[in-house]
Amino acid sequence: GICNGETVSVIIVLMQEVTATSRHYVDRLFDPDPQKVLQGVIDMKNAVIGNNKQKANLIVLGAVPRLLYLLQQSSSSLELRTECSVVLGSLAMGTENNIKSLVDCHIIPALLQGLLCPDLIFIEACLRCLRTVFISPVTPVQLLYTDSTVIPHLMSLLSRSQRTQEYITQIFSHCCKVFTPEHQTVLFNHGAIQNIAPLLISPSYKVRMQALKCFSVLAYENTQVSMTLVNVLVDGELLSQVFVRMMQRDQPIEMQLTAAKCLTYMCRAGAIRTDDSCVVLKTLPCLVRMCSKEHLLEERVEGAETLAYLMEPDVELQRIASTTDHLVAMLADYFKYPSSVSAITDIKRLDHDLKHAHELRQAAFKLYASLGSNDEDIRKKITETENMMDRIVSGLSESSIKVRLAAVRCLHSLSRSVQQLRTSFHDHAVWKPLMKLLQNAPDEVLVMASSTLCNLLLEFSPSKEPILESGVIELLCSLTQSDSPALRVNGIWALMNMAFQADQKVKGEIVRCLGTEQLFRLLSDPDTNVLMKTLGLLRNLLSTRPHIDQIMSSHGKQIMQAVTLILEAEHSIEVKEQTLCILANIADGNTAKELIMTNDDMLQKIKYYMGHSNVKLQLAATFCISNLIWNEEDGSQERQDKLREMGFVDILHKLTQASDPNLSDRAKTAMQQYLA
Amino acid sequence: MSGQSSGCGFLMSVVVHGDSVLNEQEKELNQRLRRLYPAVNENETPLPRSWSPKDKFSYIGLSQNNLRVHYKGMTPRHTQAASRVLLLHRYMGIGLSAQGVNMNRLPGWDKHSYGYHGDDGHSFCSSGTGQPYGPTFTTGDVIGCCVNLINNTCFYTKNGHSLGNDLRQQSQYPNLYPTVGLQTPGEVVDANFGQHPFVFDIEDYMREWRTKIQAQIDRFPIGEREGEWQSMIQKMVASYLVHHSYCATAEAFAKSTDQAVHEELASIKNRQKIQKLVLSGRMGEAIETTQQLYPNLLERNPDLLFMLKVRQFIEMVNGTDSEVRCLGGRSPKSQDSYPGSPRPFSSPSHKASSSQPYLPGFDSNCCNGVTSNKSHSSSPHSHKPCPPGSGSTLPASDISLNGSRSQQPISSSDVDMEVDHFTNGVTESSSNGFLNGSSKHATEPDDCDADMEVESAQSKRQLCGGSQAAIERMIHFGRELQSMSEHLRRECGKNSANKKMLKDAFSLLAYSDPWNSPVGYQLDAIQREPVCSTLNSAILETHNLPKQPPLAQAVGQAAQCLAIMARTGSGSCAFASVDDYLH
Repeated sequence: GICNGETVSVIIVLMQEVTATSRHYVDRLFDPDPQKVLQGVIDMKNAVIGNNKQKANLIVLGAVPRLLYLLQQSSSSLELRTECSVVLGSLAMGTENNIKSLVDCHIIPALLQGLLCPDLIFIEACLRCLRTVFISPVTPVQLLYTDSTVIPHLMSLLSRSQRTQEYITQIFSHCCKVFTPEHQTVLFNHGAIQNIAPLLISPSYKVRMQALKCFSVLAYENTQVSMTLVNVLVDGELLSQVFVRMMQRDQPIEMQLTAAKCLTYMCRAGAIRTDDSCVVLKTLPCLVRMCSKEHLLEERVEGAETLAYLMEPDVELQRIASTTDHLVAMLADYFKYPSSVSAITDIKRLDHDLKHAHELRQAAFKLYASLGSNDEDIRKKITETENMMDRIVSGLSESSIKVRLAAVRCLHSLSRSVQQLRTSFHDHAVWKPLMKLLQNAPDEVLVMASSTLCNLLLEFSPSKEPILESGVIELLCSLTQSDSPALRVNGIWALMNMAFQADQKVKGEIVRCLGTEQLFRLLSDPDTNVLMKTLGLLRNLLSTRPHIDQIMSSHGKQIMQAVTLILEAEHSIEVKEQTLCILANIADGNTAKELIMTNDDMLQKIKYYMGHSNVKLQLAATFCISNLIWNEEDGSQERQDKLREMGFVDILHKLTQASDPNLSDRAKTAMQQYLA
Repeated sequence: MSGQSSGCGFLMSVVVHGDSVLNEQEKELNQRLRRLYPAVNENETPLPRSWSPKDKFSYIGLSQNNLRVHYKGMTPRHTQAASRVLLLHRYMGIGLSAQGVNMNRLPGWDKHSYGYHGDDGHSFCSSGTGQPYGPTFTTGDVIGCCVNLINNTCFYTKNGHSLGNDLRQQSQYPNLYPTVGLQTPGEVVDANFGQHPFVFDIEDYMREWRTKIQAQIDRFPIGEREGEWQSMIQKMVASYLVHHSYCATAEAFAKSTDQAVHEELASIKNRQKIQKLVLSGRMGEAIETTQQLYPNLLERNPDLLFMLKVRQFIEMVNGTDSEVRCLGGRSPKSQDSYPGSPRPFSSPSHKASSSQPYLPGFDSNCCNGVTSNKSHSSSPHSHKPCPPGSGSTLPASDISLNGSRSQQPISSSDVDMEVDHFTNGVTESSSNGFLNGSSKHATEPDDCDADMEVESAQSKRQLCGGSQAAIERMIHFGRELQSMSEHLRRECGKNSANKKMLKDAFSLLAYSDPWNSPVGYQLDAIQREPVCSTLNSAILETHNLPKQPPLAQAVGQAAQCLAIMARTGSGSCAFASVDDYLH
């Protein structure tokens, strides 16, 4: 645009004036007369309140180092030092850039040093400023822990005043981050629980609230803290009861929600049973209420996430929640933001809704996932919620990774239902967006998506066919090469499901695509789950006679080697059983069985397992022999003779007397082959 | 047995096949019901305490103090026990129904009947076709039903968990009764109407609603009229101070709030003087002073004069009236000292929510008076405040009937406004003003100040202070009073209130220790208060000033509004008590 020259010059003049006054404030900090310095600091304080421009100017002009110098000088009067920390606190209230500048000037050690002064007013000013700095996301929390004397000193200051209590607990709750249990441990070891618990009944609401928040971050996924918390008494009352009181419906929502979080974390950490009445009758209903429309969007998000976390492992809680206050239907409302009304009437509201829309959707998906993780009826109820499957499908391709992850979690939870796999999953072709998601996603999403895919590839799933045609095998094979054990398991698991009762073409494609080298690498995978699923895959590949003979003719040597290795190594009963089952399948082949018959070492191994103390292994080994001596096949006479020579008949005879009916039946059937 | 529900709705839970401990103390039940239904006047609308043996189908049997319901029929039929309770899986339903619905059907199937059925978890709303609502329920489950008359919703609970509002059941709840229906032979249902604590935390639910209602009151918008608002409150406070003759305080208050006082200072002082005499029991002097200062007042008001004289007689018995005091040679001390100031609003007289008609109703004039504050000149009515305590001692009944009862109904929005106005008025300034007034008053050196010494030791209370001469004087005075009564009857016709008043007063002489007799309450200093107030109002009326201060009127009005709300089933009144706002 065209700008009037005169206006421009006026603006420049104004700016110069602003800078000039700012400079004047800074200059006064250097006055030789301490009284004048004090007055200068006080004037500066009044000038910066609520004035971000002024704050930025002063920082640029170098006020911070000078203020810090004055604050640290023991020759400065207490009044001056206090005023300095007040001004610094005010500067910290500005933008994130302000905080960065302050931290760069080493404000934190200076203020922490100030806490050693005996004067309470000065301490409070320093704490207030520290609080403002630490609650900013740009401040590295580690700075609180670098000097090991700081935490104990802060603990000792808790008794000084309500203000120190409020600021210190607030600092603690912001400096104790998720994924850093060491912070929880440091605070715990310095007596955080004993020191903070009495603050829960402080007359000051702010103190109570900050203390409560502190406990919620301390207890999160921390068994040690949670176990200690349940036994703490506050004024003769158990802490859990104090939390229950804070959840009363006439308390502020923030307090109800945070108290519910504390109890949730204590419950998840195993300190409170899931059937305890304070969980079933108090925490759960409180969290369900938080999801209702009458609360703020933030509160609804937190409520839903916390509830999802609380009931994740417990089907009974899931059942109760699913019938409480129409929760399943209530959550559908989370997808209606921004609402069409807000778009027209109120820009501010629209902005607010937009900001929270993603958070709301992911929270709802998480809660649905948790609700439906065990109970078939609940899953049915969820899928019948208005447009639910469409919402999941579109959630899978949303730009926000959080929403995508939550949507796929929800889909995964619902995919545990045979009925849903057969119906709604197929009707909505959920496999399409799922496959798309698998092409390019972070590991977190991949784990969930591939796990869901495993279920979609189950034999009875109508989605299996279209997925096969979409070139999924290559993708799954690449997953088995991942560094993440979870992804390797899911990849091989999906292949296993795919190979179940598959035709020759699919099996051949799996073997070709995976490659024998990779197959055998997986058989020596350090993760037992991977090994088990790989054996499962082998077993599924080696089923029906023509398939067995075909695969064994091309890969017989390697497979026999791998089987030998596994049987000789230290493995669990389950692994050995699965391996013997593979051997039994091989023994069922026409040509393949010769690979065993010509391998005396292998026959000795089978003999050994027939006499094993574990019935499952005995059964599997007997199966193997039974297949080898089966009458109607070519060369059965020779095999029977050879095995009789090796003493198998005696063993079979003994096994006909086994106490396990399955085993004795199987041995009798085998003996009949000799009698015929 | 079943009662209509009002207040915050009604609550009931049903235990299917549960062991119920009967013999619950009636007391605990009553206490719980009072807590749960704070606004229900059980004299008008009794609450259900058990199933009604009358309102049930013949296949339904009742036992355990009518709390246990069982199905007696041999073949499954749809049968309703009603008072109402209803059905189980294997076919059972619980719900609400109006009086007179078909008792042979499960709740929800017929008109004015609503139910939640255990076999399918559906909700039925006056129809044979249900809608999915909640889970199924069966043996061992505890099912509850709660009606909220604030937002007109109803929800059921299962084993202590709210199942959410039943959106289809939104109608006129006040006339519905809890109901269960059963149809499986051998089925048993135990009910809890409050005999035991409810499994669902209903107290917590009520806490939330109390908080909501109070927040609504606290945040009631006063809009653009903020300036007016303040000045209105100031006027209310000032008029209150003037009314009760706190001259100095009223003067100071008017000055600092820049208001005009609508009565001459001298006049206020005169009233103050008379009030002090009445309140200290010196009735003879009070009557004399009134006659001096307001020459025609008592002549025109023979009933008032009669009332004053009866009071004088009582004070004579008490030994406090000036006439007997001189004779008795006692120091002028009142037997029961009286602080000399009107009681704050919390006095029993203001508990208008009870069934006793406290305020003589209120008409539009009064309302206008309060809101627009023009009542000083525009309230020529003869409304009189009702006396505290029982209405039997004073001609309360006819006074209170004076008011225009027929004009009672007030729209609910008006009610809200009044309540809120009053709230602010009291909390912000009036209590202050009031305290100020009384303390100043006590220390003020005033020649007309009555003797207020406290005689704490009430050791020997004797008739007329124990003096024989005084007793004679009292007897003589009684005769005069008798003839005055007869004269009045001839002139003005029968007056039962006057008759009763006199009879009660004379009854004092029938006892050797009148103070501890059944009619001894008359001697209590608190009984001077209504006399004082009536006299004060009469004087003010001659000056064309309101007989009652707008502030007191607003308090009474608010209380009355709440009572009307309770009667019409507006639930929020349960959580709005005038007393909560009087400190």
